[in-house]
Amino acid sequence: MAIRVSRRLVGAAMTGATYSAALIAILPLAAIFGMLVAKGAGSIDWAFFTRSSVPLGETGGGFAHAIVGTLIIVGLACAIGVPVGVGIGIYLAEFGAGWLGWVVRYVADILNGTPSIVIGIFAWTWLVKPMGTFSALAGGAALSVILVPIVARTTEEMVRLVPNSLREAALALGYPRWRTSLQIVGRTAGAGIVTGVLVAMARVAGETAPLLFTALGNQFFSTRLTGPMAALPLQVYVYAVGPYEEWRRQAWAGALVLILLVLSLGIAARWVTRGKRARG
Amino acid sequence: MSAAPPPAPPRLVTEGLAAWYGSVPGIRDVSLAFEANRVTALIGPSGCGKSTMLRCLNRMHELVPGTRVAGRVLLDGNDIYAPDVSPIAVRRTVGMVFQKPTPFPMMSVAENVAAGLRVGPPISRSERDGIVERALRRAALWDEVKDRLGDSPLALSGGQQQRLCVARTIAPEPEVILLDEPTASLDPLGSARIEELVHELKREFTVVIVTHNLQQAARVSDVTAFFYLGALIEVGPTAQLFTAPTQPQTEAYITGRFG
Repeated sequence: MAIRVSRRLVGAAMTGATYSAALIAILPLAAIFGMLVAKGAGSIDWAFFTRSSVPLGETGGGFAHAIVGTLIIVGLACAIGVPVGVGIGIYLAEFGAGWLGWVVRYVADILNGTPSIVIGIFAWTWLVKPMGTFSALAGGAALSVILVPIVARTTEEMVRLVPNSLREAALALGYPRWRTSLQIVGRTAGAGIVTGVLVAMARVAGETAPLLFTALGNQFFSTRLTGPMAALPLQVYVYAVGPYEEWRRQAWAGALVLILLVLSLGIAARWVTRGKRARG
Repeated sequence: MSAAPPPAPPRLVTEGLAAWYGSVPGIRDVSLAFEANRVTALIGPSGCGKSTMLRCLNRMHELVPGTRVAGRVLLDGNDIYAPDVSPIAVRRTVGMVFQKPTPFPMMSVAENVAAGLRVGPPISRSERDGIVERALRRAALWDEVKDRLGDSPLALSGGQQQRLCVARTIAPEPEVILLDEPTASLDPLGSARIEELVHELKREFTVVIVTHNLQQAARVSDVTAFFYLGALIEVGPTAQLFTAPTQPQTEAYITGRFG
């Protein structure tokens, strides 16, 4: 009986410890979100989504230019980075057993850990300087450099999960290697690849440093890809360090919208893979 | 004893066929003929080379890194290992069904059956639908799935999935069908349906089946070949091999003394 009691005590203590650890992990996120809602929700109105910045001295205005700018720049980053990243991921999983695969994997991991400001300087040197102007295009390219290694490694993981028996079945039907990889293996890993892309999008949507040197930011609404363009994190930064109460209010609202955007991408990623886990 | 096979030239012949995994031999010097419209069973204990043999017949063996094949495999007189022959063309002519059902999970039932047609010459939609229905009928699956053609194949039972794989294999009209222990993962009822199917398949195809189950070999095959330690020990009409084997190892295996 004594053993039973002590076991039950240890069991309860360990369960309690794991629950507290989980709570501590959730706490910062809850605190950030709570503070953003408290400080920013009040400033979110229709005009926030439909109007751009207004000149100093006027009140009102919104973040429409920054929201559209972020969508365009992240869209550009995906247009450049997703095909490259998915291609690299399939290569690594299907054909990357040799030394070249090892090198590519190593480079992707290094790139994944590279501070994003370094990528911003890199993009400035190779794109902004030769083009002679800050541009949304350079911003998208800089973000794609961050996106590619994330997409490549998640794609590789997802493609590796596809059972070898499916590859053999396709090859036995007379599929060439490349069509087996793209049409059978790639398609089977599709949901997982989409999840990886959404997670990578969420990551780059919040990046500020690479955009400072590339897209630069813009007080006006612009959809011109070859000129400076506003983006949510840039606009939040500019308004947050500004001297005006009105700006800081809007910066909180902008931060809230950015978090909601990232959060909805994460939820979309979950939704794409719903019910796929049990299948194995 | 079954009647002697009619004197037609065999569809598939191996001459001195040998295969290695790295430096480890899988099969050694196998010369064997497979008659058209006959079921040939390959039997033997685990690791005897019967699956390796099968995988040499549609050039799947060479997909494993470090493997090697020597000797000749003649399909209607033409060596499938000749330098100008593409393994892809060989695999379209020599179809294969695996131990576990392997439906493509992201495709519907109908798309699975048509999967092999996508790498063939282009065909119209109605042609494709006709081929899908015919393949499913020949695989004795049509009545069970005709209202679920757009569904996921994962909703089918294991036995139905395996018959779906048979339908997928026969849809592009191969000449030879290789079955690698096709009932190993099925329940007795599912196995019985596959065995009935094998009887039907031999009307149109040359069938080679690898099996661990001696009763199954006896039930479905016309000719049986016994492999041991990578070598072909004995081949003959099934009834004769099971009742009056000429080799002592064959007799030991079929009477259950090893394996």
